[in-house]
Amino acid sequence: MTTNNTAIQAEALTKRFGDFTAVDAISFEVKKGEIFGFLGANGAGKTTAMRMLCGLSIPTSGKASVAGFDVYKQTEQIKRSIGYMSQKFSLYEDLTVRENIRFYAGIYGKSDAFIKEKTAFLLRELHLEGEANKLVRSLPLGWKQKLAFSVAIFHEPEIVFLDEPTGGVDPVTRREFWNMIYKAAESGITIFVTTHYMDEAEYCNRVSIMVDGRIDALDTPAQLKKTFEARSMDEVFLKLARKAKRSGD
Amino acid sequence: MPAVIANNLTKQYGKKKDIVQALKGISFEVEQGELFGIIGPDGAGKTSLFRILTTLLLPDGGSASVDGLDVVKDFKAIRHRVGYMPGRFSLYQDLTIEENLEFFATIFNTTIKENYDLIKDIYQQIEPFKDRRAGKLSGGMKQKLALSCALIHKPSVLFLDEPTTGVDAVSRKEFWEMLRSLKKQGITILVSTPYMDEASLCDRVALMQNGEILSVDSPEGVIASFKQPLVAVKNDNMLQLLNDLQQFEGAQDAYPFGEYHHVVLKNGYTGPAVADYLRQHHYEHAAVQTIKADIEDCFIALMKSEKH
Amino acid sequence: MKQFISFVKKEFHHIWRDKRTLFILLGMPIMQILIFGFALTNEVKNSQIAIFDQSNDAATQALRTELDASRYFDVVQDIHSYPEIEAAFKKGAIKLAVIFPENFANDLDHFNTAQVQLIADASDPNVANTLTNYATSIILDYQDRITNNRRLPYTIKAEMRMLYNPQLKGAYSFVPGVMAMVLMLVCTLMTAITIVREKELGTMEIMLVSPMRPFKIVAAKAVPYLLLSIVNITSILLLSVFVLDVPINGSLLLLIFEGILFTLTCLAFGLLISTKTDSQQTAMFIALTGMFLPTIMLSGFMFPIENMPLPLRVISNIVPAKWFYYIVKEVMIKGLGIGAVWKETLILTGMLLFLLVLSIRNFKIRLA
Repeated sequence: MTTNNTAIQAEALTKRFGDFTAVDAISFEVKKGEIFGFLGANGAGKTTAMRMLCGLSIPTSGKASVAGFDVYKQTEQIKRSIGYMSQKFSLYEDLTVRENIRFYAGIYGKSDAFIKEKTAFLLRELHLEGEANKLVRSLPLGWKQKLAFSVAIFHEPEIVFLDEPTGGVDPVTRREFWNMIYKAAESGITIFVTTHYMDEAEYCNRVSIMVDGRIDALDTPAQLKKTFEARSMDEVFLKLARKAKRSGD
Repeated sequence: MPAVIANNLTKQYGKKKDIVQALKGISFEVEQGELFGIIGPDGAGKTSLFRILTTLLLPDGGSASVDGLDVVKDFKAIRHRVGYMPGRFSLYQDLTIEENLEFFATIFNTTIKENYDLIKDIYQQIEPFKDRRAGKLSGGMKQKLALSCALIHKPSVLFLDEPTTGVDAVSRKEFWEMLRSLKKQGITILVSTPYMDEASLCDRVALMQNGEILSVDSPEGVIASFKQPLVAVKNDNMLQLLNDLQQFEGAQDAYPFGEYHHVVLKNGYTGPAVADYLRQHHYEHAAVQTIKADIEDCFIALMKSEKH
Repeated sequence: MKQFISFVKKEFHHIWRDKRTLFILLGMPIMQILIFGFALTNEVKNSQIAIFDQSNDAATQALRTELDASRYFDVVQDIHSYPEIEAAFKKGAIKLAVIFPENFANDLDHFNTAQVQLIADASDPNVANTLTNYATSIILDYQDRITNNRRLPYTIKAEMRMLYNPQLKGAYSFVPGVMAMVLMLVCTLMTAITIVREKELGTMEIMLVSPMRPFKIVAAKAVPYLLLSIVNITSILLLSVFVLDVPINGSLLLLIFEGILFTLTCLAFGLLISTKTDSQQTAMFIALTGMFLPTIMLSGFMFPIENMPLPLRVISNIVPAKWFYYIVKEVMIKGLGIGAVWKETLILTGMLLFLLVLSIRNFKIRLA
């Protein structure tokens, strides 16, 4: 049973496509307000697992709850209590900054007063007041990603899923981005994040590493390094991922 | 003669109100047989630069040559000698591995047999699956096939635009090993990447940001040019620690760096001064050590000095 | 040359491996011919009619038999009052009502004139028109026969003959139309899409960086679709001759030559579209609105051009399909030779050259 302190709980969560087991009985728990790093090589099953947790895909077997809701039956409630952002898609390039915020806030049925007040606050935080009526297309990538993150947590979700949020972003903006993640976590939002940057794994409270559909390691970065006798998370990851038999997207 | 020369290249897109200056006067040279990295985030102008050098785009200003041939005037001759792997793995998804390779070979007036030696090490890894369609391959295998296709006509200069983006750490490592062995065969390689940690694998790198080159040097040279003292600090409460470090009067900059925070010190300050400061702020167990800068430290420093 | 062949081979792989599209490309002409031939025919056959005979004499009986005996009409109902007529129309039971007034034969005998009323369901005006024409001509025939016996001093007889298509079969007009439509779809749409797809995939970048000449790339893309179009022309002709009984009256060789000419024009147009667009959707949209709609609306295949307002008549002249449609009708149906269609052929050739030059000039050897 989910305790009040748990944001995500998975038990033997499995997804099969035909005779291919994309996610093979993974079990883990993410605490409220935690920054949880979800790592794995391409094709290890990260995306499939994330889709199940977001209520986009029904598991083949196993149990999982997100924000206290069941991933089989309560997908609508799950979608209301999470935020999602990915590197590939997040904002509409042909809408302005303000229109994007307005649109996403509208999806979650927030009141006009709430939207107005929070939009003003957000634009100030991001120093985007001057750009509010510009098309998102014209913003530099780093700003887009920061804006996308703000939009993903605009409706104050319990959990936010970030799928490679910092891919291709410059090192300075990447750090500013992580600063925002820390702030969000402090305000009580649970962060579930995937990344290819191993230094970012260090910023997480706990990290899980998926290999061939299973979670092969799950611990704090410090403990993982100790267990695998590695100097960096990079090494930990390589040691684990090299064992992988399958590869792919 | 350098294999690639870029001389004050400029390129802009868009009209009137929405002008984006993609390249703001790029100059550098790449020696024959060099493995040259262009390191920079998305939007730095890497792809525009590669497209100009491979004759796919005309520069607005400046000049460039590849193998001594002008990229504007001699574009036909250049097209015979360069290999190019665009950002996306540009393969025919409905053709098999072998058909893709064969096709690219004939397009470049050659055969697989003729240059098999060159691609052998790479191609052998995917040859067992040669009847599989490219659309059904994993990311790593597509990457290998795309590289084989770009190499099949034995180019003198190879352009790889972000070959490792979105690829996991294991495949990235393998890919760089392949590049090292290609270099041994005398091919000049230009490779772009947003991953700072890949810089150390190149002979020389150009750090790029906002259409400008921040620095061109060997990785060691880039690091050596980082003159200020740098310390790495670690403690339990990293977030609070960062805030306090940023308040330190001797800190020019402080930012998270993996499991540590890096603190760039103003000249005259040293590691012990940081330790003293932290003790005053009741960090009993803070570990402070003076370290050598990483490429990423250099990039951050260059970016920030550029802004001011 | 080896480059070229290898490129053509690759194109065939693309086409062959996309079974669904291949099926559509080859199946479409067959489907369309069959649909137009059997389902959508605008011929009038065995139309159901009702007769309101208030006279019921020898003359009306004779006319009734004549109408019923013709292949155009079936008398399905005898009506006995005016309200019944409207009811029958409303039910959709009949398309035409023939009304003989009282004393029909009597009037005819004694006053040499009698009236027949024809009421048609004009919710489809074309059909209504055809039906009343047929009915009128049957009645006139009958009149002729009886007047012959009486030798009236003056009669002007108008004799009608439907030339080339004596049975008024719709197939004679839609076979050329379908041919134009199918060739257009295959050539314009598919060339545009296949080139733009390579832009989307990024493979065009590599092609441009390769020593392959752009002209060869384009030609290699066109070859498979040209061959595919010849297959389509053949299957349309076979179907029309053997299934729809539409003969090829003119020279088969000339017909095929004109088909290839039109195909090339379409290919050139597809190429032009591909030089101007970067996404498959846009290419498809432009091909459909720029070529497909005008072909249907302005080629004369669906709607007669003579009846259109002047601006549309003028515009129709730039639609290649209009000329091709005309040529095929002249050659295939009327059996005329090049002497009759050389002007139209020249116009098509001019269009082909214009489009080709325009698209080659627009074809970029670089990305932007």
